[in-house]
Amino acid sequence: MHRMSWKRWLQQNAGFAAAVLLLVVLYLTYNILHPRGFSSAVAIQNSNEAVAIVFVAMAQTLPVLLGGLDLSVGAVMTLTNCIASELLHGSPWQIMLGMVLTLLAGTAFGLMNGCIVVYGRIQPIIATLATGAIAIGLALLVRPKPGGEVDGDLSWALTNSVADFADTYGIADGGQAWWLLPFADIPVPAILVVAVAALVWIPFRRSVTGRTVYAIGSAEGSAYMSGLPINRAKIAAFTLGGFLAACGGLYLAIQTSSGNADIQQAGAYTLNSIAAVVLGGTSLLGGSGGAIGSLIGALILRVISFYFRILDIDPLLQPLIEGVVLLTAVSFGAFRTLRVKNKLDLFR
Amino acid sequence: MTDAIIEYRGISKHFSGIRALENVDFACSVGSIHGILGENGAGKSTLIKIMSGVLQPDAGEIRLEGRPVTFASPRAAGDAGIVCMFQELSLIPDLTVADNLSISDPPRRFGLIDRRAQIARAEALLARVRCEDVDPNTLVRDLSLSRRQMVEIAKALGRNPKVLILDEATSALTARDVQTVYDLLADLKSRGVSSLFISHRMHEVDALCDTLSVFRNGRHIETFAKGAKTGREIVKLMIGRDVEAQFPPKPPVRQAAQAASPLLKVSGLKWGDRLNGIDLSIGRGEIVGLGGLDGQGQKELLLALFGVLEHVEGEIEIDGRSDKPASPADAKSGRRTRMALVPEDRKTEGLMLGMSVADNLLAACHARISRGPFIDLQRARQAVQEGIAKLQIKVGSVRDAVTTLSGGNQQKVVIAKWLLIDPDIILLNDPTRGIDVGTKQEIYRLMRDLANAGKAILFYSSDYAELIGCCDRVSVLYGGRVVSEQSGDNITEESLVAASLNIDPRAA
Repeated sequence: MHRMSWKRWLQQNAGFAAAVLLLVVLYLTYNILHPRGFSSAVAIQNSNEAVAIVFVAMAQTLPVLLGGLDLSVGAVMTLTNCIASELLHGSPWQIMLGMVLTLLAGTAFGLMNGCIVVYGRIQPIIATLATGAIAIGLALLVRPKPGGEVDGDLSWALTNSVADFADTYGIADGGQAWWLLPFADIPVPAILVVAVAALVWIPFRRSVTGRTVYAIGSAEGSAYMSGLPINRAKIAAFTLGGFLAACGGLYLAIQTSSGNADIQQAGAYTLNSIAAVVLGGTSLLGGSGGAIGSLIGALILRVISFYFRILDIDPLLQPLIEGVVLLTAVSFGAFRTLRVKNKLDLFR
Repeated sequence: MTDAIIEYRGISKHFSGIRALENVDFACSVGSIHGILGENGAGKSTLIKIMSGVLQPDAGEIRLEGRPVTFASPRAAGDAGIVCMFQELSLIPDLTVADNLSISDPPRRFGLIDRRAQIARAEALLARVRCEDVDPNTLVRDLSLSRRQMVEIAKALGRNPKVLILDEATSALTARDVQTVYDLLADLKSRGVSSLFISHRMHEVDALCDTLSVFRNGRHIETFAKGAKTGREIVKLMIGRDVEAQFPPKPPVRQAAQAASPLLKVSGLKWGDRLNGIDLSIGRGEIVGLGGLDGQGQKELLLALFGVLEHVEGEIEIDGRSDKPASPADAKSGRRTRMALVPEDRKTEGLMLGMSVADNLLAACHARISRGPFIDLQRARQAVQEGIAKLQIKVGSVRDAVTTLSGGNQQKVVIAKWLLIDPDIILLNDPTRGIDVGTKQEIYRLMRDLANAGKAILFYSSDYAELIGCCDRVSVLYGGRVVSEQSGDNITEESLVAASLNIDPRAA
């Protein structure tokens, strides 16, 4: 039986491996420089601030794997953020229902994107530019002014450590049970992200539909010739993208206890999601990469912004430095063109 | 035939008025290895594309094991047991070998793809094609072309075909792999699986097939058992006797003295595994044809001369000086000699479809019509008029998008665009493909006029009649080499076909 050797894995996932390495170096350095580095409090604060962009970047990954772009991810996150700010209160059952409805709204929006792209035969970038504006419009209808009512216990429990979560809901002896101790300091948001990645993304990647998404981005003609379900895979990709964007919106509502139909914020999240996808080693041409890479890419972007707080750097420099990091990272991808033997291939 | 596994009855297929298949009756019997022969454009590809669900016939009926069937997609054909290995491979470069081998129906556990089972399956299939050296975890993009072809064959085997179609499946294989494929087909035959084998290597067809069918101009000419006809008779069947187009008269065969100082001289040109040492020379006033079957390096040769390919080895001499163009921009603006290439695909490489006729005509000659960085409208207008007049292009308004023109007029725009730079060397890649007879004849006449005006023309055509009618000399390519050079009256359809199959007509 052939096993995947480390060397081969590294060769095939060079971009992803480089991103992980960069993140580890950046985050370790950050903790060394931070006065309260390597503490649970810092980890909790950092992960809270990273969750929304991580989910949005994972959402962006799917259309990019197909060889397109989704300009509506930030807007869908904003829309679901506003919906959640209206629904997440009342009895536990009402809160639960509110969460499900929020996620369903985002998923349905993604499904709509997919159907427009497949049956309307419209390029993803322009279709989602339009639907993104629609999503913002709906968000403004739902929440004309920032604000909202989110259950306080929920907000506290999901934005702190595992021990705090158990304490809030009175489980595991109020967080004091011996078996909970090894996990007590882990931030709940980190667990949520890992859970979604493990329970949603990894099964998707190992399904026929998921593989078809990769095949379409890599060589759509070959995928068709191999008899793969192309339309189904495209629709599924956008639908899953909508779901993941909704996860981001839902968490943002819980974290900030409010909703805000902020157009600029939606645009910034969309652009950062594209940057995160590229940083994570996914090819904008489609066919290679994955949502875990984008998760890493989003974390890198966030960690860079954390540096501005502890170092005495003018915050005005933040966009400049982020731009330089992004440009440096994507330049490595351009080395591919040095190997091209037929210059016409560059234009295909 | 009663034991036919697949049968065509009156199948026809047209592409925008051009006949690809006309009323074809054809049958392949159970457990037979059936060779399909024909020139370029004889309808072989259309035949198998219809069989494998890529195309739908305009008329007629297909029967599989006696029952009428229609295949809406490659998947439908595959599910029915008809599996095709295409010339342009159907593998997905960014997925691993194991992923590709199980792409249409991967082994699953709890609804998810079972990687271990998939690798085991890949190993078994690779063993069947004796490619144990290929690690199923490699990405297909990292494999060599010959390995990819073997993986493609393994993939087809994995679908348990009733009919296996191999379209030029052996073109890049090593001798050992070819033997493996022979053994496999013999094994499949003994299990009652039929194979359709399309190859331009006569000796392969001869060694392998039990039945042969010849196609010509979209018609099924004849089916016969192997050995019933000699090689020479088969070549005759493939050529047929068609009404020939009208070609302008050629000048008398040139003297050796004139050819001694060629304008373009190529020696030992190599590029990857597609060009394997090409020697060629063209003098002023000469039309040299490139013959041979599709994909023997003709297109790559033209691209290499025009500076499109990287890492080209060998010598290119232009007007007696060593000069390898670095890019198309370099090739067209050479200091003493300008080169032009009319590319293969006018829709993607020849024209900017959305732009106007005028903009397309001016696309190559901006140096001539500009003053400093700006386009001089007066000169531009003149150039456009000149281009239109030279080729008698039928246009409503020069501001119309070039897509509004007919195919023939579009091709004239491409040619006119290049003539506006007044090139010395003109490379033509199948310039008459898919255009009407009238325009074809205008292009033939134009080529001769250009040659008489002292241009050197290198002309690739997949139509032998054109090569015979237009060219002073023809070099036939096979496997990236010139295998035969013919000139004057020695250029005949028979000699060209024999040379493109790389068989010696005297021996056959």
